[in-house]
Amino acid sequence: MTGLFKRAHGGGAQLTLDPVEASILRSLMVQMLELIGPGPGADTPEDPLAALFAEGPTKPPADPALARLFPDAYAEGPEASEHSSEFRRYTENDLRARKRDDAFAVVRAIDAAEEDRKGRPVVRLDPEGCHRALGALNDLRLTLGTRLDVSEDDDSLYALPDEDPRKPMVMAYLWLGGLQESLLETMV
Amino acid sequence: MSVAPVEIERTESESAPFQVPDPDVPWVTIVHNDPVNLMSYVVYVFQTYFGYPKEKARQLMLDVHHKGRATVSSGTREEMERDVQAMHGFGLWATLQHDK
Repeated sequence: MTGLFKRAHGGGAQLTLDPVEASILRSLMVQMLELIGPGPGADTPEDPLAALFAEGPTKPPADPALARLFPDAYAEGPEASEHSSEFRRYTENDLRARKRDDAFAVVRAIDAAEEDRKGRPVVRLDPEGCHRALGALNDLRLTLGTRLDVSEDDDSLYALPDEDPRKPMVMAYLWLGGLQESLLETMV
Repeated sequence: MSVAPVEIERTESESAPFQVPDPDVPWVTIVHNDPVNLMSYVVYVFQTYFGYPKEKARQLMLDVHHKGRATVSSGTREEMERDVQAMHGFGLWATLQHDK
């Protein structure tokens, strides 16, 4: 897993992966898309006008990874919970839609990748695609990081024996960190 | 925060007819530490969203990292809700509160 983002000629960035890596990245993004979903209360796709006025949820998501992606906005004060609910009602659906759009953009870029002479997919991102991918990679790392219960004080996750069932997810988590860092370097 | 120009003379009739909640106490956006977000990414977010110079963005990131939280912006409640929403969009863990 050595492919990193590089600055592309004429703006944007590109990433050469081997086919297995491309398929892992795509599958992780799709799993995150399924996790995020349209969200509760947004089940009126038939009518775009109704969807526009649909109110979002008022309670934090039960899934810890989703709760991390869509946290409470108010933490202090006697009315924090009430204010957080109100904020969530008006913002969470938009936020979900945006995070889904970002992940979709990465999936589409992987599907549109052309192969280099060695048969490796080259994922190309224009500047807007870079911003979307940066967000989607971050959301994916937050999701995996929550599942793995990553902490700053405990680095035992990074020394797991090969037979540990968490090992593949830890490898993916670290790999995504490298990808995100390299993408960021092309953008600054 | 701006201060009303001193030249303006306030007469009785121009004074506010009702009490507005204390405008001198602003709301603040606080970013909390988390173990996942990359330091470089947090600096990038502070630079691109708030337009802070790199050094200030870096210092705020270090405050978040070492102190567990940092105040990254202040203003009206509506402005802070906008900032918090943007931070959540970037995947940063942010909350707003009345400044103390």
